[in-house]
Amino acid sequence: MSENAAAPQQYLTFKLAEETFALEVSKVREILDFTTVTKVPQTPDFMRGVINLRGGVVPVIDLRLKFGMSPTEKTVNTCVIVVEVNMGSDTVILGALSDSVQEVFDLDPDQIEPAPRIGTRLKNDFLKGMGKRDGNFVIILDIDKVFTADELELTQSAEGEKLP
Amino acid sequence: MIDIHRATFKEEAYETLVLLEAALLELEENPGNHELVDSVFRYLHTIKGSGAMFGFDEIASFTHHVETVFDLVRSGRLCVGKELINLTLRASDQIRGMLDDCESLDATARGDAAELAAAFADLVPTSARRDTTPAASSQSAQAASGQSAPTAPSQSSQAAPDGAKACFIRFKPAPGLFISGNNPVWLFRELAALGEVTVTAQTDDFPTLEEMDPELCYTSWDILLISACDLNSVRDVFIFVEDDSEVTIKILDDNEEVGEQPHLGEILLARGDIEPEGFQKFLREKTKIGEQLASAGLVPINVIESALVEQQQLKQLRKERSSAEQQNSIRVPADRLDHLVNLVGQQVTVQARLSQLARTLKIAELSAIAEEVERLTADQRESTLNLRMLPIGATFNKFRRLVRDLSAELGKEIALTTAGEETELDKTVIEKLSDPLVHMIRNCCDHAIDTPQARALKGKPRQGTIHLAASHSGGSVYLSIADDGAGLDKEAIFAKAVEKGLVQAGAELSEREIFSLIFAPGFSTAKAVTSVSGRGVGMDVVKRSIEELNGSIDLKSELGKGTTITVRIPLTLAIIESLLVKIGADHYMIPLSMVVECLFLTKEAVALAHGRHFIEVRDKVVPYIHLREKFAVTGAPPRFEQLVIAEVDGNSIGFVVDNILGQHQAVIKALGELYKGVDGVSGATILGDGSVALILDIPKLYQSEEQAALAA
Repeated sequence: MSENAAAPQQYLTFKLAEETFALEVSKVREILDFTTVTKVPQTPDFMRGVINLRGGVVPVIDLRLKFGMSPTEKTVNTCVIVVEVNMGSDTVILGALSDSVQEVFDLDPDQIEPAPRIGTRLKNDFLKGMGKRDGNFVIILDIDKVFTADELELTQSAEGEKLP
Repeated sequence: MIDIHRATFKEEAYETLVLLEAALLELEENPGNHELVDSVFRYLHTIKGSGAMFGFDEIASFTHHVETVFDLVRSGRLCVGKELINLTLRASDQIRGMLDDCESLDATARGDAAELAAAFADLVPTSARRDTTPAASSQSAQAASGQSAPTAPSQSSQAAPDGAKACFIRFKPAPGLFISGNNPVWLFRELAALGEVTVTAQTDDFPTLEEMDPELCYTSWDILLISACDLNSVRDVFIFVEDDSEVTIKILDDNEEVGEQPHLGEILLARGDIEPEGFQKFLREKTKIGEQLASAGLVPINVIESALVEQQQLKQLRKERSSAEQQNSIRVPADRLDHLVNLVGQQVTVQARLSQLARTLKIAELSAIAEEVERLTADQRESTLNLRMLPIGATFNKFRRLVRDLSAELGKEIALTTAGEETELDKTVIEKLSDPLVHMIRNCCDHAIDTPQARALKGKPRQGTIHLAASHSGGSVYLSIADDGAGLDKEAIFAKAVEKGLVQAGAELSEREIFSLIFAPGFSTAKAVTSVSGRGVGMDVVKRSIEELNGSIDLKSELGKGTTITVRIPLTLAIIESLLVKIGADHYMIPLSMVVECLFLTKEAVALAHGRHFIEVRDKVVPYIHLREKFAVTGAPPRFEQLVIAEVDGNSIGFVVDNILGQHQAVIKALGELYKGVDGVSGATILGDGSVALILDIPKLYQSEEQAALAA
């Protein structure tokens, strides 16, 4: 992490349940209100479905389910963070559900601590590190790793679980 | 700027190569056809000429060798043979290769080109090896010396554009024209770029052979130019020669009303070819004026001929102006069209929202506007999609070449006949169809059609035939590939399927079911793997790609007689007519082309089948898929469920849905990479209220159910 340029980077923070997460602002395309999502049948639960983004079809992923929490409930604060993810050589646009979006703040690279190897209950790959904001921990996500093709693989087992 | 021209040249050259190939293959069938030789020559000449103009010198010089040979063919000094056709086809591949990577031509490509060029040079008899520098092809030499008067009108292919004017040019060059390095042919070409040109040579000043100095120019030319350009751009053409040559340029065609044409006499008078007094004398006698003038020796006959040409041209110009339908065409890059189609797709969606709003608000004025917009959008959609329609003929030509090469490789005699080349299909569909068709034709050549000896033994003509036909029917295009080969052996296929574990040994299958086995992955009855086929990765890929196009594939075969494969594909990929249905809270689309009928699924019918998934429809048992169950939709089903009966591969199958909402024009949106692996959904569309509906992949749903049943 120290090899990164010393210039501070901007991060967008958002909440999943009580925890604060962050991702690089450069990855964020826009933030939408949570509207109707159309579920695509025979896909894992964390793939919430697709939404209409100005005439295009964009998949929406429930980060809470992906991180082993309970499903996201729809509230007035629920948002879809539209991100651009590098998947192989392509850039894929997808939406990530979050309970609420907080703020954009600067963080110097040396303020980012490596994430502990155990205890986060998240795949280590998903994490860029931990930051601090007003005395609270912020989990910084590596969004490209969270949304790799493998992670989103529509596995047969996920389909099987849902079938009667 | 230059790059644009180079790109245009490349684009045109690719097209010309396709035409060249087609002409060559036809020439192979009719070696004596002069018209074909001429067109081959013309295509080569086009490539060479424009190649040199845009700096593709290697292509130009290579093509020059080929052109030289065909010039000899044209003049009857060489005969068309199989060898020549083979060589020329290879040359056309070579040119294509040079076009592909013209920026970085590697040494091997250069070597190949040199080798081919040498082969062509060998064909040229030594006696004919004079003047073969690219600039002086025999054509231009002939025109420059003016020996043939009047020369054949060299017309550019452009039709008279709007506001075209006729312009008469008399070009009497100084005798030393050639010495100063000018060539009138170049000037005429420049003129031809401005518009339609008719050149008539005047050879009156030609001295007798003894007096003639071959280095001097004795000819003068009358040129009629029909062009929208102004006088200055015409003058510019002669800018380098006007100092010592006589150049007269006159605008002939004014803005007279259509109807009256100038008389021959008037034209001659206007040009100053005849004195008014002499002319008046002849006007009194009333026979054909041109003949009289000529016979009286007042005006030489070729001057009159030139004037007659002018008269005809003016007639033609007037006619073209008055005819409402001008055959104008413009070249538009495909991505601009795609963008337009995209925009229209979005508009269809917005229009659906407007219509829905108008229905809810019930304001008469708004409804009227919404209806108008609906009508306009439908028209717009239709004509926009039409823009992308292309005849399938160009693809067929590609196959002609394929069959020819394959039959040579396999030692078979195979003829490809085609029908319905003019059938139009969406450009993207044609592109995606090409590979599956290549696969099927390869299969035909390799498996279906036997060697000439084997065919002769069976009492068939030595030459096998593959018939490729395209036709329209409703919203679909049917493509059929029929061969008169060995046909499919039911027993062999069945045995192989048992061996591969695709079916059980004792299973009783209908003929249709057995034939459908050849579309299973990894299936091939060919005993040996050849370079052409036999690896068993073929027909399943073919089937899959046809289904990706929302099409279907059907196969009929008779052992010993031949096989016919019929492919049905929708006209366009961008928008499909579909049936909007509801399951739970979500909307789904079923492509209308597959829907046969809609029924209510009554409690009695379900009871009759003891809860099993089939229903009797007019004495026929139809299985159904309960989509609510399949998609694991939560909640109670409605009291009356509905059944959509669709046809997949000739089988009827029902789909149980909660509710059928009606017909809908679905603008297809891809679900993207993430949902690539999802079975049963082929895409999505956006509904009037802005929500997303999924398009069901009916064949895929049927297959997965069938496989589940086989596995059980």
